[in-house]
Amino acid sequence: METYTLLRHFADSWVLLALFAIFVGAVLWVWRPGSRRLHDDAGLIPFRHEDRPTPARRGSPDSTGDTPHGNDPRSFALSPETRR
Amino acid sequence: MGDGIRIAVWGLTALLAAIAANWARDLAFQVNMLIVMVVAAGLFVRAVRRAGEAAAPAPQDTYMDDVIRAGAIATTFWGIVGFLVGVVIALQLAFPSLNPEALQGIGNFGRLRPLHTSAVIFAFGGNALIMSTFYIVQRTCAARLWGGNLAWFVFWGYQLFIVLAATGYLLGATQSKEYAEPEWHLDLWLTVVWLAFLAVTFGTILRRREPHIYVANWFLLAFIITVAMLHVVNNLSIPVSIWGSKSVQLFAGVQDAMVQWWYGHNAVGFFLTAGFLGMMYYFVPKQAGRPVYSYRLSIVHFWALIFLYIWAGPHHLHYTALPDWASTLGMVFSVILWMPSWGGMINGLMTLSGAWDRLRTDPVLRMMVISLGFYGMSTFEGPMMSIRAVNSLSHYTDWTIGHVHSGALGWNGMITFAALYFLVPRLWGRERLHSLAAVNWHFWLATIGIVLYAASMWVTGIMEGLMWREVDANGFLVNSFADTVAAKFPMYLIRALGGVLYLAGALLMAWNLWMTAFGRVRPAVRPAPVSVPAQ
Repeated sequence: METYTLLRHFADSWVLLALFAIFVGAVLWVWRPGSRRLHDDAGLIPFRHEDRPTPARRGSPDSTGDTPHGNDPRSFALSPETRR
Repeated sequence: MGDGIRIAVWGLTALLAAIAANWARDLAFQVNMLIVMVVAAGLFVRAVRRAGEAAAPAPQDTYMDDVIRAGAIATTFWGIVGFLVGVVIALQLAFPSLNPEALQGIGNFGRLRPLHTSAVIFAFGGNALIMSTFYIVQRTCAARLWGGNLAWFVFWGYQLFIVLAATGYLLGATQSKEYAEPEWHLDLWLTVVWLAFLAVTFGTILRRREPHIYVANWFLLAFIITVAMLHVVNNLSIPVSIWGSKSVQLFAGVQDAMVQWWYGHNAVGFFLTAGFLGMMYYFVPKQAGRPVYSYRLSIVHFWALIFLYIWAGPHHLHYTALPDWASTLGMVFSVILWMPSWGGMINGLMTLSGAWDRLRTDPVLRMMVISLGFYGMSTFEGPMMSIRAVNSLSHYTDWTIGHVHSGALGWNGMITFAALYFLVPRLWGRERLHSLAAVNWHFWLATIGIVLYAASMWVTGIMEGLMWREVDANGFLVNSFADTVAAKFPMYLIRALGGVLYLAGALLMAWNLWMTAFGRVRPAVRPAPVSVPAQ
């Protein structure tokens, strides 16, 4: 089988299925139960850090993605002031 | 980088550019290299004068806003240049005598047209995107831009690209690919600048202080990454000589056409749509003072747009050598694309729910709303025009030009103006814009300009398409091409008038922004106290 036909068949079947599954998965993930609070909070991000960046936590390298309050999802609920 | 290395690099660059200019095979390449030589020599002198000075450490407790201020100035400047060239070529189409013999080969329509498209898309739109990206990514990540002066390299490197591309177009260096006209040496330079842009943005996101990556950054990152991919693949070419601007494309025939329109349509989809949606998802909530209507919808909007847009390109090649299955695929995906586009538009518009009254008092917000309206209109018109039967009427006519301009002037232009009105008072620490009345004037000049432009192009485009396909009882074509050109003249005048109005609005904006940033601060107008006499 020539390469073109092989790739066409592969693209028409499994790749199509995989891309479709990823998309449906992303939509389901967005509407997963309990995510409303996280999304409502994420929508408020533009209103938090208008004037200056949040200083890096002492003792931690500032090139990582870590945050002052770690990965605790409950911290989403904190008000902007307590997050600094 | 040490002083010595810096001086050596600029000195060698200037020397190499001088050699390249001397051995240049064509005038465009020679002029490009002379510009590079002058710039490098200037930087060499600057590096020598500054040698030994200790660089001040970058403050980490403030945002890097100076490069954004430069971006606001560059966006305004290139916008006016691009609109002005647009008005000139619109008049050249209406009055062919405006292509005088003396200007042949430099200032005729064929040379100026790519100058106009690149100036508005890449110079005006590109600077707006870079400026907004740097602003938004800092504010939503609560982190200063990564990479220090790399952001300045991105800014100046991009301006250099614009100047080199513009001089190249006028002198005839083009690889004849629409929206990808710059030749190989400029493509390489843009790739370097673009990767630096990606590094600054991605580096800032990596060191964010906010656990979630705000949706605007998703759109902006998708725009940067996809444009890098499109640019590299579509510009795969082999230079005829490294001392000349001419190159030969790697792909040939229908493959080349398909790659070009895969690039071309995704330049619209990711440069002019995803990137500007990133701006929309930040500036509209900020100006309205309320979070986006549905954050969940914005995420679905993102993924749907990303998954669909990349397949829509073949609709530019209906009824060509492209296989039918490919053009059908492009058509189907273009029609499906209508859904996420309108989802995004509704999400943006509904952000104002509960604050609609502000449209009466806030012309900047009104600009954002009309820009979303034009986004919705052109993303309805686009899928419709991609349907093969409609395309057989609309393709190669002025309808396409009308469609592009209702998207570009309406959606991209208006949201950029609104972003500039939002940013300039903040960037220069002013309390408010110099004149809201001028914003109002700008709004109406631009809106009426777009309506005149789009309406005249619909009329002339459909008329032209119908005239081309008109046959008599014996099956002979009724109209010659020149007949359609003559019939279009009044519409060309109206189009040029629309362009003049749009340009006038932009000039008013430039004055207003200049007065806001550098002029005298006007005291707030307080309503006169209403005294009610005691009865």
